[in-house]
Amino acid sequence: MNATIGYGLVLGAVACAAFGAVVGLVSGLRRNEAGSPWVMRAVWGFFACMAGSNLTMVYALLTDDFSIKYVAQVGSRATPTVFKVVSLWSALEGSILFWGIIMASFVLAFALAHRDEHKRYMSLALGTMLAVGVFFSFLIAGPANPWHTLSPVPPDGPGPNPLLQNHILMVIHPPMLYLGYVGMTVPFGIAVAGLLRGEIGDAWMAPLRRWTLLAWTFLSVGIILGSWWAYAVLGWGGYWAWDPVENASFLPWLTATAFMHSTMVQERKQMLRLWTMSLALGSFILTILGTFMTRSGIFNSVHSFTQSDIGPTFLVFIAILLVLSIGLLATRGHLLVAQGQIHSVLSRETSILVNNLVFVAITFTVLLGTLYPLISEAVRGVRVSVGEPYFNKMAVPGGIAVLFLMGVGPMLPWGTPDKAALRRQFIIPASVGLVVALACYVAGLRGFYPLLTFGLASFATVITLRELVAPVRVRMSERKEGLLTAVVQSASKARRRFGGYVVHLGIVIIIVAVAASSAYVQHTSGTLRVGQTLTLGGYQLEYLGVSEGQEPHRTYMAARVKVTTPGGAVQEFQPRLNYYERSTDPIGTPAVRESPKEDLYMSLMAFSQGGATASLNVWVFPLVGWIWYSIPVLVLGSLIALWPSRRRVAVGASAPATGAAPPVPGSDMNRGAA
Amino acid sequence: MTPVARNRLILVGALLVAGAGLAVVAFGKIGDNLVYYWSPAEMLGQGEKAYGPTIRLGGVVKPGSIQWNAEHTTLHFHVATDHTPGSASVLVRSTEVPPQMFRDGIGVVVEGTFDKSQVFASNRLMVNHSNEYRAPKPGEEPRKWQETVEGSTTASATGAQ
Repeated sequence: MNATIGYGLVLGAVACAAFGAVVGLVSGLRRNEAGSPWVMRAVWGFFACMAGSNLTMVYALLTDDFSIKYVAQVGSRATPTVFKVVSLWSALEGSILFWGIIMASFVLAFALAHRDEHKRYMSLALGTMLAVGVFFSFLIAGPANPWHTLSPVPPDGPGPNPLLQNHILMVIHPPMLYLGYVGMTVPFGIAVAGLLRGEIGDAWMAPLRRWTLLAWTFLSVGIILGSWWAYAVLGWGGYWAWDPVENASFLPWLTATAFMHSTMVQERKQMLRLWTMSLALGSFILTILGTFMTRSGIFNSVHSFTQSDIGPTFLVFIAILLVLSIGLLATRGHLLVAQGQIHSVLSRETSILVNNLVFVAITFTVLLGTLYPLISEAVRGVRVSVGEPYFNKMAVPGGIAVLFLMGVGPMLPWGTPDKAALRRQFIIPASVGLVVALACYVAGLRGFYPLLTFGLASFATVITLRELVAPVRVRMSERKEGLLTAVVQSASKARRRFGGYVVHLGIVIIIVAVAASSAYVQHTSGTLRVGQTLTLGGYQLEYLGVSEGQEPHRTYMAARVKVTTPGGAVQEFQPRLNYYERSTDPIGTPAVRESPKEDLYMSLMAFSQGGATASLNVWVFPLVGWIWYSIPVLVLGSLIALWPSRRRVAVGASAPATGAAPPVPGSDMNRGAA
Repeated sequence: MTPVARNRLILVGALLVAGAGLAVVAFGKIGDNLVYYWSPAEMLGQGEKAYGPTIRLGGVVKPGSIQWNAEHTTLHFHVATDHTPGSASVLVRSTEVPPQMFRDGIGVVVEGTFDKSQVFASNRLMVNHSNEYRAPKPGEEPRKWQETVEGSTTASATGAQ
């Protein structure tokens, strides 16, 4: 019964999406507005069908309806309720179904948010998004159908993958990534609509930018949470391994970041328009490529659910997207000719151009390293993988360039700079950077790249803070506003600028944390008898014996480790091996002593009968926690930038304030940010 | 040629050069950092080509070959291509603590290098888990992939740095 309803709703979604796509694209191209209400109905229908199908699956999971193969595959009667719901995205078919509802929600949200826009444009944009919807709902209806039934009905199922039940982060990080991936569909639809219509006016750049930023924010949070999960659960002592699937999420992030910067040049200087459009289309194609890599099982990785049949469908879709995008850019490119020019090498536009080249270069190298094993196996029949050193060697210079540009970029004005003023502005941040790097050296830190990173990070931080504080100070002194009012006022007068710089601070935190934790990591491992100790980085670890325990869905063996910190504090930690009922192999849960300065990370590898000995893997990671602590900063910055400003009219109403706005370059950046 | 056109030409040229340079560097670095997936038989078949590059050697632990040194810090064992007696095998020296599942006959992947001494020096030891990283496909018996010895099935399983 559930299966019939669920599958029927999926077919309904295919029909709604196909109908809406055809009506939207055809009427849009024919400059006809009559189709518009029908497209809207199709969007609602698509959403209703997807929501219905997902709810049916959740219901089936909650009521243990093992007549449905997917439920029999991932569910079990003993699974706690919250994990039953989460099982929706714990395996391939369910995750694609879940994908469907997120996509439908995004399309509906876009349709509602912009319902007052030009009808013809909306038809084209929604038509394009629904065409993508056709692909995904077709995937659910065919190659990745979660609604297959089983007969005879099994009495119970195996329960979800133990890894899924191991940690709460597993519940949050996939939906975040999905929101990021699927969110890129909206900017893709907007961009294609603009290209089809042959015009990307400023009016359409604003939604394009905002929806990209929204997806970008989810993607950023998803990537960081994912690395946190790998760190907290997998126990191999790291958070990022350049796994193909990690790279898959990183690639669209890189191009979307490049897009959000180049869009500023487009807005200010009417330049880089074709380039900006290419980035918007490219980001979407990379998300589809990422989905393909995650879901087709072509790579062996933590996220791949074995071989499946969806690979060919994806490849066909990617091919169509590539042909379509290149075709569109080629035929409509002449409409996107630059009107402005770069006058000075030392200008904001040049720095953004360089930023874009750096981001695209990183994208290229990561993509190459990710796909190389596939190409090698297909062409030469040689099975290889590309080692992490490749990615690290390529990414480190890229990261340093990004850091440098984050400092220099905001300092440079648009157009032609006043060189003397520039020099004055440069001196303080540069000397702070130099002093910090020297201080780190004196403190005993070594290594060219880490020290360069710390120096540049301080350089960028000083400039960013100055850009953030300057308008506030001007307001406080000239308008006699209180600190809070001045901060709120200057943030709301230039939301995108203010938010962007806050995000920059978050990125600086991440880069410093990554550099410190990978350059100064300490590692040791050993097999200890009860009472023996192991020392690492000033920590003393004494093995006290094992303890056994039971939780509803698993039993565990934990090594009791008495940790004496360099400061003398004593604390007991219990890295564990968990045993799940239906799985023979144990899954570890590392124990982490977190502190802002460094993490002590202990992973239990093995123990002997009765716990006479235990083998531990131990790491000390400096500053690593700051990678995840940066999330609130990133989200805050994005929210400031995304916060809907009152329309132009309202801005005009407070015109006197604008007149007295501080003389900071680019302070009117919220122009057109509707 | 107008100055604008000339500038554009220079810009495009510079970009092409930069792009080509990047491609050369990237491919070169990839070449230096390739990790080969070989079974003992395949690796021995490579002859001297196997000396040097990082290798992920996949096979099974030859029963009775596990030996610890007195301090229990270094581990020696043989990795055989498969379970048939007499299949090609390689002596592995590992300083890494093996995981709980490590035992005679289990599928393993060791990463490290091989040289003239015919000892495979491993700094990373992975056991083929039956459930880590993937859920069983319908109809697929969990037992089966536990015995799959193909290196890549758990190649990234421990994903250690």
